[in-house]
Amino acid sequence: MLKLIGYLKPYTVFILVAIALLFVQALSELALPDYMSRIVNVGIQQAGIEDALPQAISQETFDHVSLFMSRENKEAILGYYELITKDSSNYQDYLKSYPALETEPVYVLVNDDIGKNEELKLTFGKALMAYSGIKSGGALGNENFAPPSGFTIPEGADPFKMMQLIPESVRLQMLTEMDKMVDVLGESMIKQSSVLVVKEEYQKLGMDTDRIQSRYVFRTGLMMVLMALLSTAATILVAFIASKIAAAVARNLRKDVFTKIENFSNVEFAKFSTASLITRTTNDITQIQLVIVMIIRMVFYAPIMGVGGVIRALEKSVSMSWIIGLAVIILLGMIGIVFAIALPKFKKIQKLIDRLNLVTRENLSGLMVVRAFNTQKFEEKRFREANEDVTKTNLFVNRVMVSMMPIMMLVMNGIVLLIVWVGAKQIAESSLQVGDMMAYIQYAMQIIISFLMLTMIFIFIPRASVSANRVHEVLKVDPEITDPDNPKQFPKDFKGEVEFRNVCYRFPGAEENILNHISFTAKPGETTAIIGSTGSGKSTLLNMIPRFYDVCDGQVLLDGVDIRAVKQHDLRDHIGYVPQKGVLFSGTIESNLKYADDDATLEEIKKAAEIAQATEFIETKEEKYQTPISQGGINVSGGQKQRLSIARALLKRPEIFLFDDSFSALDFKTDAALRRKLKQETGDSTLIIVGQRIATIKNAEQILVLDEGKLVGKGRHDELMKSCQTYQEIARSQLSEEELS
Amino acid sequence: MTQDNPKTRRQPPRHGGPGGGPGIMTGEEKPKNFKATLRKLVKELSQYKVRIIIVFIFAALSAFFMILGPKVLGNITTELFEGLMNKIRGTGEGINFDSIKQTILFLLGLYVSSTLLAYTQGWIMSGVSAKITYRLREQISLKINNLPLKYFDKTSQGEVLSRVTNDVDTISRTLNQSLTQMITSLTTVIGVIFMMFSISWQMTLVALLILPLSASLIALVVKQSQKYFKKQQDYLGHVNGHVEEMYGGHVVVKAFNGEEDSIKKFNGINDVLYDSAWKSQFLSGMMMPIMMFVGNIGYVLISILGGWFAVKRIITVGDIQAFIQYVRQFTQPVAQIANIMNIFQQTAAAAERVFEFLEEDEEIAETPNPVKNVEHNGNVEFKHVQFGYDPEKIIIKDFSCKVNKGHNIAIVGPTGAGKTTMVKLLMRFYDVNSGEILLDGHNIKDFSRYDLRENFGMVLQDTWLYNGTIWDNIKYGRLDATDEEVMAAAKAAHVDAFVLMLPDGYSLMLNEETTNVSQGQKQLITIARAILADPKVLILDEATSSVDTRTEVQIQKAMTNLMKNRTSFVIAHRLSTIRDADLILVMNEGDIVEQGNHQELLERDGFYAELYKSQFEEDFVETEELI
Repeated sequence: MLKLIGYLKPYTVFILVAIALLFVQALSELALPDYMSRIVNVGIQQAGIEDALPQAISQETFDHVSLFMSRENKEAILGYYELITKDSSNYQDYLKSYPALETEPVYVLVNDDIGKNEELKLTFGKALMAYSGIKSGGALGNENFAPPSGFTIPEGADPFKMMQLIPESVRLQMLTEMDKMVDVLGESMIKQSSVLVVKEEYQKLGMDTDRIQSRYVFRTGLMMVLMALLSTAATILVAFIASKIAAAVARNLRKDVFTKIENFSNVEFAKFSTASLITRTTNDITQIQLVIVMIIRMVFYAPIMGVGGVIRALEKSVSMSWIIGLAVIILLGMIGIVFAIALPKFKKIQKLIDRLNLVTRENLSGLMVVRAFNTQKFEEKRFREANEDVTKTNLFVNRVMVSMMPIMMLVMNGIVLLIVWVGAKQIAESSLQVGDMMAYIQYAMQIIISFLMLTMIFIFIPRASVSANRVHEVLKVDPEITDPDNPKQFPKDFKGEVEFRNVCYRFPGAEENILNHISFTAKPGETTAIIGSTGSGKSTLLNMIPRFYDVCDGQVLLDGVDIRAVKQHDLRDHIGYVPQKGVLFSGTIESNLKYADDDATLEEIKKAAEIAQATEFIETKEEKYQTPISQGGINVSGGQKQRLSIARALLKRPEIFLFDDSFSALDFKTDAALRRKLKQETGDSTLIIVGQRIATIKNAEQILVLDEGKLVGKGRHDELMKSCQTYQEIARSQLSEEELS
Repeated sequence: MTQDNPKTRRQPPRHGGPGGGPGIMTGEEKPKNFKATLRKLVKELSQYKVRIIIVFIFAALSAFFMILGPKVLGNITTELFEGLMNKIRGTGEGINFDSIKQTILFLLGLYVSSTLLAYTQGWIMSGVSAKITYRLREQISLKINNLPLKYFDKTSQGEVLSRVTNDVDTISRTLNQSLTQMITSLTTVIGVIFMMFSISWQMTLVALLILPLSASLIALVVKQSQKYFKKQQDYLGHVNGHVEEMYGGHVVVKAFNGEEDSIKKFNGINDVLYDSAWKSQFLSGMMMPIMMFVGNIGYVLISILGGWFAVKRIITVGDIQAFIQYVRQFTQPVAQIANIMNIFQQTAAAAERVFEFLEEDEEIAETPNPVKNVEHNGNVEFKHVQFGYDPEKIIIKDFSCKVNKGHNIAIVGPTGAGKTTMVKLLMRFYDVNSGEILLDGHNIKDFSRYDLRENFGMVLQDTWLYNGTIWDNIKYGRLDATDEEVMAAAKAAHVDAFVLMLPDGYSLMLNEETTNVSQGQKQLITIARAILADPKVLILDEATSSVDTRTEVQIQKAMTNLMKNRTSFVIAHRLSTIRDADLILVMNEGDIVEQGNHQELLERDGFYAELYKSQFEEDFVETEELI
C-alpha cells in the first residue's frame, strides 16, 4: 500500500485541505449535542436565562441583594451598571424594555465586561440566592439557606430593613459562614438557583420572560442549523476533494501501468499472464481508487471524530469517561473474538466454494464423458460432498456473524443505561446537568461509532493493499528488453539477411535451455522453414528475431548488425510478423489491415488481401472491407483471421517476413495457393516460416529441424529425408509411403 | 468443449458496481416475472413454515422491545429533570432513585430479551437458509446430468456455473439477512411512528415531513449522478476493452510498432474515465452528507419544537430525548426498506434464473419397458437417419449404413461436415429426428440410457480428466474395477511407462487445469480409461490431433490395443488408421457422400480421392463440434 504513496504526493495540499475540512466537519457535528444540551439546560430548565447576571435590576432589589456582599464587591458591581431614573436622558429608550421604570429606578447593565469576571458573577449569584432565601421566609428549598443561628426574624418584620441595621462587620462575618454552606452546593446549583431569582426580578420589572425563553430556544436552534449546514458543506467539500484525488491517482496509475506494460517483452508477459495484467490495469486500480476515497473520508475522519468526542465528553463530565473506555474495550474485544472465530473460516469458505465451482465446472466440461461412462452418480456424489462442506462452514460462519448486530446493540444500549445510572447520581449531587447527560450519551455513541468505523477499515485496507501490491509489482518491473543508449542504424540498402550465431535461450527460472547453440543464415529471396515437435523451441526461435526475447548467449544479426544494437522501433520496421493465432483488433477489416500502414490505399489493401487469399471471403461479406470486426475477432473464423493477419503483414512490405505457424488454420488448398502467391509477391524478402506440416515447408530452400532446442538438421527436404532421423519421423507420421518416395 | 470455448466468454459481466456507491445506483437487475418467481420461492420456503413464522415473530418482538427503549429511557430523564427542578425550587422530594433503578433494570431486561430474540431468530434463519441453499444446489447438480446436451449448445458453462454459485448465493444472503431485516425494519417504522405520535403529533408531523424532503433531494442527486455513472461504466468498459485487446495482441502491437498509438488512445479514454469517475464518485458521496443534513435539520426542528413544548409543559424533557432518538431510528429503516426492495428484485432475478434452469426440459423420458438381457456384440446399423441440431436446419439428411461387430469404421470429411454428430447420435446424446439406429438389432431408444452407454467407450480430442489422482482418473472408466484391472488398463495404454517417472506415480494429483501432465500423457490416460471400461463399441474422435509426433506413436500403439475385437468408430486424423478401416464414411456438409474402403474410394476418384490428395489435412477442428 505504502509503495504507491508517491502517487498521492502531488495532492498533498489538497489532502491537507481535506483534513482541515474534516476538522470543521467533526467540530460542527460535535457541537450539535452541545446546543441540544443548552436548549434543555438553559432554554427549558433556566427559562432561557443564561447567567445569574441580571440585565436589569430594580434599585430596591439591588439594595437588598447588596446586603449579602461586601462593600468593595457592591461597588465593583455597580461599576458595570447604570441607574436609570425618570430624569435620565435615556429613560425613554429603556422604558419599553423595563416597564417598571415608571414606578421605580432601575439599574441597567451597560458594561458586558462583567461577564468575564467569574468571581464577581459568583458573588452576585450567591447574594441573589441569599436574598431570595431571606425573602421567601427562610426556606430556600433547603435548610442551609436559613439565616444564621441566633438571628431570628420577627414575624411580619421586613427582614431587609433589619439586615440594614446590622453593622457591616457582623454582616460580613455572617456572609462568610453562608458562603461556606453555599459552596457545598457547587457552582452549578448556585447558578441554576439564582437564575430563578433573576427570572422573578425580570417579571417584577415587567419584562416578557416567555419571550426571553423562546428567543433563546430559537437562537440556539438557529445556531444548530448553521452548524449542521457547516458540517454538510465541509463533508461535501471533502467528498469533492476525495473523489478528485482518488480519480486522479487512479488515472495516473492506470496510465503508468499501461505504458509500462506496453513496453513489456514476452518474458514479462509470460511472468504475469495476460489475464492478470488486465486485472492489474483495471480492477485493481479501481479498488485502489475506492479505498483512497474511503481513507480520506473515513480513516482520517474517525480519529478526529473520536478524539473530538472524547474531548467534548470530558468537558461534560470527566468522571464518566471510564464508561466510554469500557464500551470501546468491550466492543473491540467482541469484534476481535468474532473475527478470530470467523476469519479462518472465511478463508476456508473461499476454498470450499472454489472446490464446488471446480466440481461443477468439471461436470459441465465433461458432460459427454460423464454420460458415456455412466458416472453421473459419481459426479453427483462429488458435488454433494463439496456442497455439504460449503453449506456446513457457511452455516457456522453465518451463525457467528449473526450474533454481531444484536450484541453490539446490547452493548450500546447497556452503555446508555450505565451513563444514565451514573449520571443520575451525579445530577442528584448537582455535579452534572440533565442536558449534559443527554449530550454525553450522544458523545459516547459518536466515539463508539468512530471506533467501529476504524475496525471496518481494517477489513477494507487489506483487500486494497493486495491490489496495490499487484499494481506495484507491475510498476517495479524493469523490462528486460530495452533500447540501447547509443543505437546504431541499419545500412541504407537493407537486404534482410538474418543470421543466428550460436544463439542460446533459456526462459527465466527454467532449468534447461530451450534453444542451444543455434546457428544459421536466412538469405533474402529464400524461404527458411523451421520444423520440430511441440516444445522443440521453434516458435521461440522465430520470436527472437523481432526481439520478443533476447538471446542469453550468441547473437542475432540482421545484415550483420546485432539487433540489440539498434532501436526496437527501427528493427521492427523491417519485419512483417504473422502470429500463430490470427490476432485482430476491433474495428473493420480495413482498419485491421491498415494497422500495418496507415497510408495504404484501397488498391494496396486489395492486393494484399488477394495474395493472402482473403479476397474470396471478404467479397462475400456485405460490407466488404468495411465489415466490422468485433473485439478478439470473434466474428471471423480462425482461418479468416490468419489470412487477414497475413494480408496485414504483406501491407507493411518489410524485408523480412516471419510466419509463426500461420497456416495451421487454413485448409490445404488455400495453404498451397497462398504459399505460391506469397513466393511470387515477396520476391527479395527473407521468409522464415515455422510450420508443423511437412507439406507446407517441403519446398523451402532451407529447412531447420529442431529437437529439444537443438538444431538437428539443416537443408532441403530431400537432403533431410536422407540424413535427418527426426525429420523422417515427422514426415512418416504425416505422409504416406507413396508420397515419401 | 475445450477451455477456450468462445461461448464461455459470452457470460454477461456481473457488475460489482465499481462506483461502490449506495445500492440505488447499481445492480438494476429486474426479474421478468416477479410474482411467479416469488410464488416459487415462497413454495420453497413453505417447507420451513413453522420455523419461519417463529423467526418473524421473534424479529418483530425483538424490534418492538428495542423501540420501547427510548420512551422508557425518556421517563428516567424526565424523572431526573423533575426531581432536580423540584430540588432547585425547594419543592418535592428530589430525585427518586428507587424508581430510576427499577426502570433501568426493566430496560436492561428489555434489551437483553431483544438481543436473545434477535440472535435466536438469526440462528434459526441461518439454518433454514443453509437448508434451502443446499437443496437448490443439489437440484441444480442433479439437473445438469439430466439435461439434454442440446441445452448446453445454447447455454455456456459460465452461465450454469454462475447459477450454482452467484445466484444461489444471492438467494442465501437474502434469506439470511434481508428477509428478517425487512420484518425488523417494518416493525421499527410502524412502532416508531406509533411511539412518536404518542409523544406529540405535532412533532411527529414535522418529523414525517422530513422524509419527502430527503427523498426528493436524493432523487435529484441520483438523477444527476446516473448519467455520470453510466458514462463511467461505459468508459470503464472502453478501458477494459482496449487493455484486453492490446495485451491480448501484444506481440502484434510490438511487431507493428503500435505502442505509441495504443498509449495515445488509452490516455484519451483514461482522461474521459477520470472525469466521469470523480463526478460519479463525488455525486454518490454527496448522498450521505445530504441525508445527514436533512436528518440534522429534523434534529434541530425537534429540539426547538420539543424545547418549546417543554417550556409550555406540553411534553417532558425525557420525551424530547426519546423523540430525538426515534427520529434518528426512523430514517434508517426507511432507507433500509428501500434498499431491501431493491435486493428483493435482484434476488427474484437470481431465483428466476435458478428456477428457469431447474424447469428446463429434461432428456426425453426413458422407454418404460427397456429391453434387457440383450447379448451385446457391437453390431450397429443406421437406418435412414435424419437429424439437425436445429429442426429447421437438417444436417444429416438420409444416412444408412450397417456395421458389423469388430469392424473398424473411419469417418472422414472436412471441418464442419458433421462427423462428430454421428457419434453423438449413436450414444443418444441427441435423438434422431427420423429414422432409427439399431444396436445389436434393437433400436437404441429401446434401451435405458444407462444400458446403452455401457456398450460404448470414448476417447475424445478434448482430454477431459478431473481433479483427482491419475489412478482415480483411469478408474473413472469403470468405478467398480479391481486394482489389477486398472493396472492392466494402464499398461495396455502405455500409461504405466510414464507414470513411473512422475513424482507421485499413480497418486499424482492432477491439478485444476490438469497442466501437470502433458497433453500426450492426458490422452494416454483417457485411452486407459476407455480400455478399462471394456466397451463393445469404441469411439475415437480426433484422439491424436494435438500431440507431437513421438507421443503420437505411443498413442497409436495404445489405440491399436484398444481397438482389438471391438467395433470402432474413428473420426480420423491418421492416414494409416483410415486406410486399414473396414469401412470409410466420407462426409461432407452433413451427409455421407461416399462410403467404401480405401481402395474402392480411391478408384472412384471422387470426394475422398480429392481429400486424400490434398494430404488429408485438417488439423483445425472447430471446438463447437465437440459439444
